[in-house]
Amino acid sequence: MADTRIEPAGAVAGAVAPEASERRFSWRITGRWVGITGLLAFLVAPIVPLFIWSISFRWFYPAILPTEYSARAWTEVITPHNDVLGVAWNTALIALVVTVFSILLGVPAGRALGLYEFRGKRLVEWMILAPIIVPGLAVVLGIHVLFIRAGLSNSIPGVILVHLVPTLPYMTLVMSGVFANYDTDFELQARSLGASRWATQLHITLPAIFPGVVVGALFAFIISWSQYVLTLLIGGGQVQTLPLLLFGFVRSDPAIAGALSVVFILPAVLVLLLSSRYLSGDNAAVGGIGNI
Amino acid sequence: MTQVTLSGLTKIFDEKSPPAVDQLNLEIESGKLTALLGPSGCGKTTTMKMIAGLLRPTSGDITFNGESILSIPPEDRGAVMVFQNYLLFPYMTIAENIGFGLKMRKVDRKEIRTRVTDMLDLVQLPGFEDRKPRQLSGGQQQRIALARALIVQPNVLLLDEPLSNLDAHLRDEMRELIRRIQTEMAITTVFVTHDQEEAVVLADRIALLFDGRLQQFDVPDAFFESPQSVEIAKFFGGTNFIPGHYEGGEITTAIGRFRAPRSAVDGGDAVLSIRPEAVTLGSDGGNSVMGRIRSHVYVGRYARFRVALGDIEVEAITDPAQVKLFNDGDEVPVRFDSNKIWVIGPASSQP
Repeated sequence: MADTRIEPAGAVAGAVAPEASERRFSWRITGRWVGITGLLAFLVAPIVPLFIWSISFRWFYPAILPTEYSARAWTEVITPHNDVLGVAWNTALIALVVTVFSILLGVPAGRALGLYEFRGKRLVEWMILAPIIVPGLAVVLGIHVLFIRAGLSNSIPGVILVHLVPTLPYMTLVMSGVFANYDTDFELQARSLGASRWATQLHITLPAIFPGVVVGALFAFIISWSQYVLTLLIGGGQVQTLPLLLFGFVRSDPAIAGALSVVFILPAVLVLLLSSRYLSGDNAAVGGIGNI
Repeated sequence: MTQVTLSGLTKIFDEKSPPAVDQLNLEIESGKLTALLGPSGCGKTTTMKMIAGLLRPTSGDITFNGESILSIPPEDRGAVMVFQNYLLFPYMTIAENIGFGLKMRKVDRKEIRTRVTDMLDLVQLPGFEDRKPRQLSGGQQQRIALARALIVQPNVLLLDEPLSNLDAHLRDEMRELIRRIQTEMAITTVFVTHDQEEAVVLADRIALLFDGRLQQFDVPDAFFESPQSVEIAKFFGGTNFIPGHYEGGEITTAIGRFRAPRSAVDGGDAVLSIRPEAVTLGSDGGNSVMGRIRSHVYVGRYARFRVALGDIEVEAITDPAQVKLFNDGDEVPVRFDSNKIWVIGPASSQP
């Protein structure tokens, strides 16, 4: 009896599948080409002149390409006395810590905002959004005074803290969107089947929100990685990061600035490529994540 | 075998609105199939979630075999709930879904695999291990959800509207499957439904809830033969209610006096209720009055007449052949079988 029911179901699925997949297939190809072209035009093309700058020795108008090449800029970047790699490492470390804290704080906050109704919810939403709306410079001047008193200025913890100001809103917003589409009954079902609180978080909640966490973490990392004003003011020149270093070279030495820019852009592109499957297609975290 | 007892169980979500569940007392028999029946919003799913440990009661107690389980977290209660919309974990395979409860209990992989296979056989979906939930139809998902709950051998199985998302023919299959598994495994089972027919067909006993309050807890036929209030009778399809005065086995109404030995009240103001199937047209004798046929509908398996008895209109469901015997406007004797009359307390006295 069971067999007879399964057969026709399989047959129907088999008959429908080719047509449906064919249609979707052509859409995918078109979409992919538009995507790749856009990516090349807006992301990769701007890097090309930077890279050429970094290996040029003489490059004057009207020459389209440099008349003489040199590896000087890259040697400068790599030589230990400039400590570019050390600073890059420092920047990455700060960005990583900021990302971890953004996740730890942003996921619960997003859950609260996405799932629950509570008194003062609108106010909390505005407070969380405020750092994106209010110009960062205005905020950071106030924070600076506070941090000097608290002994947090000119220190890495201070810089990490201040980086959280712009990263948390993005993390929280992404996560509240994810949780708005999330059905907590899945967690209750897991509990009922014998999963402890922690096991439920690990086996049920985490897989469901993972794409969102990746996207939020991506935002947090890149915002922290490319932060200039906040680092400059709170770090007070004591905390060196790649954007500060880069800015210093922009006027004085375009070749080194070019090389640094390439180093600067690299991780962002890498992270983007690694997590691209969460940004588009079936696993997209933004714009609804399907059933769960 | 687990006997579940609810005593004074109350759930208040919001102080300003009436309790979702109000002082509920219920003895759910061990190894039997009990239905929590009621219109939507009557507190039946809330009650079920409290038994499962997914909601904390405001007051009252729940015991399994006499021991309070309120302090036991849901994962350790041994009461597994199957939700109305199945909730198969979408990123797990069917085998992983069914094996989830065992994995949480640290059962070794090999054993999980064999027991998953056994479960798939039990719900008649062998070979489905590697499929994903979205590849399954609603009925198949329902079976997997059932298998996922049964694999942990729960003391109490809780089913939330197990048949409501299924097509008619799948319902019958699922109903039989639930009945068969429940009898085989003798698990104390509670299911929630808003459909009185579903409750009647499937349950050993039915607890009827209106507005969070228990109305009647009885075997299915009692709700047809001896409902405790007019509301209950109406919920079970009763349509004929004639107010009157009850005394000494007879009820006196505006249209006459009827013998009525069966009653929920001793005497005083009461309501004569009779199911439309028990009203016979065209035969006089005891307990009959003259009426005029207002309208009729031929349904095929039966015919439905509306008959005016003075100011009161009653409904009669009869053999379909009777549409040939009577025309609208005809005067006919209408008989109420005295053993089919059930006298209920007056509607106004009901809460």
